[in-house]
Amino acid sequence: MNLTLKVWRQKNKEDKGGLVTYPVTGISEHASFLEMLDVLNEQLITQGIEPVAFDHDCREGICGMCSLYINGEAHGPDRKVTTCQLHMRMFKDGETVHIEPFRSKAFPVLKDLVVDRGSFDRIQQAGGFISVNTSGNTQDANALPIPKPMADKAMDAATCIGCGACVATCKNSSAMLFVAAKVSQYSYLPQGQVERKERVLNMVDQMDQEGFGNCTNTGACEVECPKGISLEFIARMNKEYLNASTSSEK
Amino acid sequence: MSKLDSKTPEGPIKDKWTKHKNDINLVNPANKRHIDIIVVGTGLAGGAAAASLAEMGYKVKAFAYQDSPRRAHSIAAQGGINAAKNYQNDGDSTYRLFYDTVKGGDYRAREANVYRLAEVSTNIIDQCVAQGVPFAREYGGLLDNRSFGGVLVSRTFYAKGQTGQQLLLGAYSAMNRQIGKGKITMYNRHEMMDIVKVDGKARGIIARNMITGEIEKHSAHAVVIASGGYGNVFFLSTNAMGSNASAAWKIHKKGAYFANPCYTQIHPTCVPRAGDFQSKLTLMSESLRNDGRIWVPKNMDDVMAIREGRKKPTDLGEDERDYYLERRYPAFGNLVPRDVASRAAKERCDAGYGVNATGEAVYLDFKSAINRYGNEKAHVLGLHNPGDAKILELGEGVIEEKYGNLFQMYEKIIDENPYKTPMMIYPAVHYTMGGIWCDYNLMTTIPGCYAAGEANFSDHGANRLGASALMQGLADGYFVLPYTIGDYLADDIRTGPIPTDSPEFNAAAKEVTDQLEKLINIKGTKSVDHFHKRLGEVMWNKVGMSRNAKGLIEAMDEIKQIREEFWKDVCVPGGMNELNPELEKATRVADFLELGELFAKDALAREESCGGHFREESVELDGEQKGEAKRNDKDFAYVAAWEYKGDPREAVMHKEELEFNDIELKQRSYK
Repeated sequence: MNLTLKVWRQKNKEDKGGLVTYPVTGISEHASFLEMLDVLNEQLITQGIEPVAFDHDCREGICGMCSLYINGEAHGPDRKVTTCQLHMRMFKDGETVHIEPFRSKAFPVLKDLVVDRGSFDRIQQAGGFISVNTSGNTQDANALPIPKPMADKAMDAATCIGCGACVATCKNSSAMLFVAAKVSQYSYLPQGQVERKERVLNMVDQMDQEGFGNCTNTGACEVECPKGISLEFIARMNKEYLNASTSSEK
Repeated sequence: MSKLDSKTPEGPIKDKWTKHKNDINLVNPANKRHIDIIVVGTGLAGGAAAASLAEMGYKVKAFAYQDSPRRAHSIAAQGGINAAKNYQNDGDSTYRLFYDTVKGGDYRAREANVYRLAEVSTNIIDQCVAQGVPFAREYGGLLDNRSFGGVLVSRTFYAKGQTGQQLLLGAYSAMNRQIGKGKITMYNRHEMMDIVKVDGKARGIIARNMITGEIEKHSAHAVVIASGGYGNVFFLSTNAMGSNASAAWKIHKKGAYFANPCYTQIHPTCVPRAGDFQSKLTLMSESLRNDGRIWVPKNMDDVMAIREGRKKPTDLGEDERDYYLERRYPAFGNLVPRDVASRAAKERCDAGYGVNATGEAVYLDFKSAINRYGNEKAHVLGLHNPGDAKILELGEGVIEEKYGNLFQMYEKIIDENPYKTPMMIYPAVHYTMGGIWCDYNLMTTIPGCYAAGEANFSDHGANRLGASALMQGLADGYFVLPYTIGDYLADDIRTGPIPTDSPEFNAAAKEVTDQLEKLINIKGTKSVDHFHKRLGEVMWNKVGMSRNAKGLIEAMDEIKQIREEFWKDVCVPGGMNELNPELEKATRVADFLELGELFAKDALAREESCGGHFREESVELDGEQKGEAKRNDKDFAYVAAWEYKGDPREAVMHKEELEFNDIELKQRSYK
C-alpha cells in the first residue's frame, strides 16, 4: 500500500517544530507501524535526509518505550495495542497519516517524536515501592496467603507499562490512571498495607508537582490504554487518597 | 594456553556457598559510603544488583540506554521463574533443580555455580513476594506453579504471561526507593562506550549522553556489566531493538575473556517471519507447550493444500497429523528442551512440511487442551451433558486465563484467532548462554570488573532451560554479587574517590570520540541496517541452528568482508552532539561485526554437538539415538574463554576444564 505521512519534525527541545510530508510506497499490510517507519527512514537515509527519531525497543508491546500520536489517537487506531503492535492492515491504501509525539507539559519533546517521560519515574520514586531490603531471609512466600481475587486485581493494575498514552490522550494531561495503577496494586496486597497512606499522599503530591492536570473522569485514558487498565483504579485511588488525607494516623 | 582459575571454593557442593560467604572479606557499613560502584544495565541482574548494593550502603551509579530502568528487556520475559520450593510436593529439591539445569545445559556449565543458583532460587521467590510482585495464586491463596520444558516437576512461578515484567518492576521499585534516597544516581539514556582501567583495575567507564551527545567520564571502585546478551548479532531475534553487545565487547577488547560465544539458544516457539521488512521476532512463551501440541501434516498433499489456501489446518483429522515431538520423544513429548524442539521443527520444515508460504512454520494446537479444560470445568460446575459448544466456551475461558495476553499478541500480529485455529510458530534466536567469562565471584579477567545475568556465561552451559534466565538474573543481582563484590572492595576502603582527570580517562574518552567522528565522517552510501541485515543472514544460514566446518570458515571470511565494507561505506546521518539513533546503531553494529566472527571461530573450534550448538559432523550414527546430537566429553568438556588479540580471528583460547563430581555425565535422552 502507498501512504502520505505527515510527520512531526523538531530538531531539539528548543526548536519550534512542524509537520513535514513524506510519501511512502509498497508497504505490506503485514508490517507493523514501526516497520513502516523503518522503511521511511531507510528511504530518507538514501536521500541524504536525517531519519525521523522515535522511541521504541522491545517491539512486542511490553517495554512501554514506543509512543506516537497517530491520526489523533495515542498508539493509533487499534485498541489494546502499543504502536509497535499496530499493524498496517488498520490503514487504507492511499490514506494520509498524521504522526505526532505524545503531547503534555510534563512530557517535553526532545527531538522529532521522542519525548521525556522522566516525570513518571519521579512519581514512582516518591512512593511506588514496598520498603523491603534484599535479605534472603524474608518469610516464606507461602506464609502469606492472598485471596486469588485480590491477587488477580493487583495483577490487573500491575500490568501498566508506563507508556504515557493515558496522559497523551487526556484533555487535561492527567496522569491519574498511571498513578492509580501503582497505588491500587499495593493497596490490594497485604505487603502494601504498612505504607499505604504515605504512599498515595506522596505519589499524588509528586504527580501534581510534575505539572500533570487533574482528572475529570472522561474515561479517555481507559479507552486508549494498551493494557486495558480500568478506570475503577482511579476511583480506588481517590478513596485511598481521601482516607489517607483525613486520617490522623499517617 | 593458560589455565583459568574459577576460584571455586573447596568442600562438598552443598556447603560451598555457605562456607564461601563465611570466608570472604566484608566492608564495614561506614566504609561502604565511600565506595562507588557502577552498574551498566538495569534489567533483572543490573536492577537487582543496583538496588541491593545501594541498600547495603554503597554509592551506586546505574546506566541504562532506555529512558527508564523499567524498560530493560527483562521486561519481555513471559513464562516464569524456576525455584526449588517443592510447593507441589512432586519431589523437587535443590539437588533436582541443580541436576536438571546441568543436564539441560548438556553438561557444559560449572557445577558449583549451578548448585548455588538452585540454592538461592527459593530466596528469590520470598524476596519478590515481599516486594509485592503479584504472582499467580490458587484459590486457597497460595502460589501456583506450572511446568516448563526439560523437567518432570512443576516448579515455575508466574504472573500470567508477564512474569519478566512483574519481576523487573519489582527490581525497579527497589531501585526507585534508593534513587529517591539519593543512594543510586540513575543515568537514563546513557550508553556505556568503554571501560577505563587504571593500574590494571576497572576504575570507571566512558558513557555517552544520548540526548546531548556529551562524552562523560564516570569513575568507580568497581564496574558491574549487566547489559544482557548478544542475540541481535543475528539481526532478527526476540531481543529488543536496542539490545546490544557493546558493553560486553568493549570490556572484552580491554582484557575480559569472552566465553563460549557459540552457545546460542534458538527458541522453538516464535511467531514466523512475514517478509523482508521484518525488524524483530516475537516469542510465544514456552509455557504454551504445557497445553499446546506441535504438529505438521503427515502428507505432502495436505501441506500444499494448506499453503495454497485450499485446506485449513482444522480440516485435517488426527490420523492426518504428525505430532512429531510426541512421536520422536515419547517421554517428554511436547516438553522436550528448547534446542531439541527447535531442531525437530527445522528438520520437518527442511523436509518440506512447513505450513506457511515461506515453508518455515509448524502448528501449535490448543484443541485438546481446550477440550480437556472444558470438561474439567464443566465437571466442577456440576454440568451434566454440557454439549460441545459449552465445553468449548469453558475451555477457551481457562486458556484465556492462563495465556490470554499471548493469544491477544499473536492475533494482533498474524490476524488469526488462535483459539479457533492452531498457532503457527517457528524457531528464532532468543538467548545467548555464552558471554563474558567470570569466576565463582562473577569477576571477569579484569580485576574489579564483574559480569552478571545474561551478559556472563556462567550457569546455563550449552543450553538454557525455560524459566531459568529470570532465576539467574535475580540470583546474580540480589544474592550473589552483593556478597562477592565486598571481597574485592575490602581492599579499597582507603583508596578514596577515583579522579577522572587522569591520563587513562582522557585517553579512553578520546578513543571514543575518535571512533564516533570516524563513523560520522565515512559518509558512505548504505545504511547501518543494510550491514546489520547482511551480517544476520550469514549468521542464520551458516552459524545458526546447525553448523559445519565449511560453512563456519566461509562465515568468518564473509563477516570480515562485511565489516571492511561497513567501515568504508556506511552512512551515518546527523551529528555527534545530538540525539542520533543512527549513530547509536552504528556503534553497536560495528561491535556485532567483530563479535560475529569470534562466534563463528568458537563454533568451528568446538567439534562436537552440545546443547544449542549442533555440528553436522557430530551426530549419533546408529542405535536408539540415531540422528541426535553427539557430545564429546573426552575432548570438549571445557569452557572456551577467548582473549582478544587485536582481530577477532586472532583471538586466543584459554580453557577452563569442567569437572563433574556430583553429577555423572550422561547422554541427554528425552526419549
